[in-house]
Amino acid sequence: MVSASLSLPLQRRRNLNIILLLAGLALLAVAPLFLYPVFLMKLLCFGLFASALNLVLGYGGMVAFGHATFFGGAAYVTAHALKEWGFGAGSGLLIGVAFALVTGFLMGIIAIRRQGFYFAMTTLALSQMAYFAFFQAPFTHAEDGIQRVPRPDFLGLVSLADNMSLYYFVVAVFLIGMAVIWRVIHSPFGASLTAIRENEQRALSLGYHTNRYKLTVFVISAALSGLAGSLKVLVFPIATLTDVAWQMSGEVILMTLLGGVGTFLGPVIGAALVLTIQNYMASTAVPVTIFIGLAFIICVMLFRKGIVGEIIAVLPSSWLNGSERQKAGHQ
Amino acid sequence: MTMIFGVPLVALASQLVIGLFNGAFYALLSLGLGVIFGLLRVVNFTHGAFYTVGAFAAFLLTSYAGFSFWACLLIAPLIVAALAAVLERTLLRKLYGLDALYGLLLTFGIALLIEGLLQFYFGVAGQPYQVPDILSGTSNLGFMFLPHYRAFAIATSLLLCLLTWLIIEYTSLGAKLRAATENSRLLEVFGVNVPLLLTCTYAFGGALAGFAGVVAAPVFQVSPLMGANLIIVVFAVVIIGGLGSITGAIVSGLMLGTLEALAKVYWPPSANLVPFLIMAVVLFLRPRGLFGKGE
Repeated sequence: MVSASLSLPLQRRRNLNIILLLAGLALLAVAPLFLYPVFLMKLLCFGLFASALNLVLGYGGMVAFGHATFFGGAAYVTAHALKEWGFGAGSGLLIGVAFALVTGFLMGIIAIRRQGFYFAMTTLALSQMAYFAFFQAPFTHAEDGIQRVPRPDFLGLVSLADNMSLYYFVVAVFLIGMAVIWRVIHSPFGASLTAIRENEQRALSLGYHTNRYKLTVFVISAALSGLAGSLKVLVFPIATLTDVAWQMSGEVILMTLLGGVGTFLGPVIGAALVLTIQNYMASTAVPVTIFIGLAFIICVMLFRKGIVGEIIAVLPSSWLNGSERQKAGHQ
Repeated sequence: MTMIFGVPLVALASQLVIGLFNGAFYALLSLGLGVIFGLLRVVNFTHGAFYTVGAFAAFLLTSYAGFSFWACLLIAPLIVAALAAVLERTLLRKLYGLDALYGLLLTFGIALLIEGLLQFYFGVAGQPYQVPDILSGTSNLGFMFLPHYRAFAIATSLLLCLLTWLIIEYTSLGAKLRAATENSRLLEVFGVNVPLLLTCTYAFGGALAGFAGVVAAPVFQVSPLMGANLIIVVFAVVIIGGLGSITGAIVSGLMLGTLEALAKVYWPPSANLVPFLIMAVVLFLRPRGLFGKGE
């Protein structure tokens, strides 16, 4: 779509993106020298999870309230594969993603039959059903969860035993996931998806099979959520019911909302914020749900665009591309 | 002993009573959700929390102020209604006209906040609540023992559902409500105070949930998360019945409770899954729900 000779604002925008990317990479490279690597890895897992949700929530315009099923379900499958079947890190991640992809397809074909609220309630109900199914399946060990999951090598070559090498592995997987998301958003498919979000009837009358688009993005989002969940098992060697419960689906929506729905980096920043505050709250007696609830209320009442969305809104418009300008203008 | 498909009649009958009992709660809660949704266009995630608050209000009124169960049955729903009215006036109101997603997320946040606060002050453990003496016995019906309290709970819940239906269908207030659902701006032109109507509707829906909470208190333990787990099943009920249909809410509520009970008798591990499986089947066959009209 972009020709060799870019217009000046577009060129400037390109440069800005490249600077941001390089700065981000440099930050990721040196961050473990200053911050606890395990926390950073947790952050990257949830950042990827929230970004995956954002594909459906921000770009597809569908409020999915059941993404915990993909995140936690993939975590269970990966944990089981690593522990009982002796899978390596790579194949362990893949089987988790495959599980999330299939589950996402099944949930998607049922849920996209309804729109709006009904979509939200349907995904929530289906994920609650999955929760009970996990609870009763023998391999998940119900309340105990799958514990003491081993941390195998990657492809039999790279040892992930110490936290630093695992950190860079997690960064690599995170970047691959984010690259997929970037590709999806900036493809003709992504553009069609935005069109469907803005006006489904019109897209339908233009001949788009809107349900096929919605199902596809839902499945991609589910698979990436699964990747995030499987990755988390490598970091924390357990898989439990917490990750498949509805509260998790709510938490990841909060991360996306706080950071900025429909912005590329917003969900990662939202995840960082939520996890940091959770970390502080863990040492107090106050239940974390109070904080999550308050954050939802404040965010919805005061800054609906999210942190990144509000920043975009105050940037000079020559810095922005078309869709961002539109975002900053209304909503 | 009489057996039905390999299950003793006594066991089956008492499970069915439990099923109808649960179904009565589903009906009350989905009715309130439906009334709120019809007028405010908000899927009220706080509904489960209202139910919990109702139960806690009864528990606190009885154990600290010595109120009787009967007094609680009246006062607790009013407390919940007041809470709902305040929430609607201060928060929810500001989101009308915005993307409906925000109303959903706001009520979700409020629910988490309420549950978190209750958890902070009362812990996660359940608190017992006494069945009133007059309702504590059981009757021998020949083929089963019927606990009086459960019979009372089913009867009052259904009576309340019926009353709500009568109000909406046959009173002038109900006519205004229905008119507001169709076209609230036009109704405002006719001089009806629509914002007040919205507040009252939200408070009324909350009161129904609070009432259900009081009725539930003696049977289930009064705990901060009692509503959170219930509300998701109620969402399935609402999807099956179709939002906005009162008959749909009542019939599918009772039906789901009964089917859940049957599942408990014939294949226990499936009992938790049944409401959601039925929901999935209904979505495939009749995406608008069994009683739903067009969107």
